[in-house]
Amino acid sequence: MKKEEIPQDLGALGKITGEVCYAVDESGKYTTALSNGWEVKSSALEVAWKDVEQRIVAAREKVNKQQASPVLYFMELRVMDITIVAAYTGFWKWQVKKHLKFAVFQKLPESKLAKYAALFEVSVEELKTMSA
Amino acid sequence: MKLDFQHTQAAHCENGVTTSLLRHHGVNQITEPLAFGIGSGLFFIYIPFMKINNGPAIAFRTQPGLIFKRTCRALDIPVERKKFRSEKEAEHILMECLEAGQPVGCQVGVYYLTYFPKEYRFHFNAHNLIVYGKEEDHYLISDPVMEMATSLSSYELQRVRFAKGAFAPRGQLYYPKEKHAVTNEQMKQAIRSGIKRNVRDMLHIPGPIAGVSGIRFTAKRIRHWRDKLGPQKAGSYLAQLVRMQEEIGTGGGGFRFIYGAFLQEAYAYHPLQELIDISSRFTRSGDIWRSAAVQAAGIYKGRIGSQADFNVMSDYLYAAADIEKQAFQALSKIKWPA
Repeated sequence: MKKEEIPQDLGALGKITGEVCYAVDESGKYTTALSNGWEVKSSALEVAWKDVEQRIVAAREKVNKQQASPVLYFMELRVMDITIVAAYTGFWKWQVKKHLKFAVFQKLPESKLAKYAALFEVSVEELKTMSA
Repeated sequence: MKLDFQHTQAAHCENGVTTSLLRHHGVNQITEPLAFGIGSGLFFIYIPFMKINNGPAIAFRTQPGLIFKRTCRALDIPVERKKFRSEKEAEHILMECLEAGQPVGCQVGVYYLTYFPKEYRFHFNAHNLIVYGKEEDHYLISDPVMEMATSLSSYELQRVRFAKGAFAPRGQLYYPKEKHAVTNEQMKQAIRSGIKRNVRDMLHIPGPIAGVSGIRFTAKRIRHWRDKLGPQKAGSYLAQLVRMQEEIGTGGGGFRFIYGAFLQEAYAYHPLQELIDISSRFTRSGDIWRSAAVQAAGIYKGRIGSQADFNVMSDYLYAAADIEKQAFQALSKIKWPA
């Protein structure tokens, strides 16, 4: 990459800080310069977030159809997976998997719901009704 | 309390932490490319049976933590590295270090890192930053990817230090234990061994998924993505590849440009014309990676998407693999003067 080819397409990070790029000058010597972002990679990031949004919508539908519990919805909303949810709440992975079932979730005691609510940063009421 | 510490911005977080901490410890010669090269940072791996954020697990650099470890060892600087069970203990030890005048490198998770833009906050736990002081309830933070130094409240810092999930940092902190200068002779030796180890990592790891063969392996896979995954998911996979390659910290071109810069800086210590020539091969390889990213963007934005377009994408990777293979072979053949 030549120094004058360093892209300057203002991206999410570019508003906060420039990022260091390595590029060569006219004589072929390496130097650094700041980039404000590159359209190619900000659109890659957009793709990733679109995927996340789709997963959230799909999860919400599943919960509405009672095929999954709100834990699934909030897990997707917070971009987590079962491993991460288990690690933060202190449950085992197999427990989290069980709690993802609609019927099991309905019978969970308040204390366990509170753990999920704390992790997802919502109240227990919001957790139950997916209203966040 | 604010330690006398110079914040410097770097392309990559671990390089940056390594460089800043070593400079603080009197290693004046060190720069980001040198730290990256001595730590044999350049790599490629595609782990087919693993998923990251529901996409392919691809890395363009070596495993987190290794650059710091290898660079310090090569320069004969002992390292202290601690992980913690208890959050209290973790904060206590951090404060002790600061009081002793020691800036500290910390491994953190990005998801709760408040000064990062929201778009970047996935559950990624191998970010690195330096804590260099505390004023009231705020820790002073030097994050190498940021232009300016910043700060985090003690709650915020605690939270990112104890982020959970893959690569959970568990409060991990690290710093060089001794302050001493490094001779140019040591630098020469470190550069040599860094290059040798990188040749090994890129050319001689058995199996198809790592090093140059890993790039070819990925190229082969990409040809099948469209049929196997469907256009949408194939697009998401390519987007993930581009993110790993170009996202903050790579200096562009999946670290290939940083490595090119390293070889040029190595020339100052070993005046061998080959180093300059091979450096330009890495520049070429980085350029090919960037063309590949542009091609991928065409696909995931839906502008193009035929099988022929996937084949072009795959051919870019084959081309990069060829160049890197020749470059590392050339590096392995260098006759180092005694």
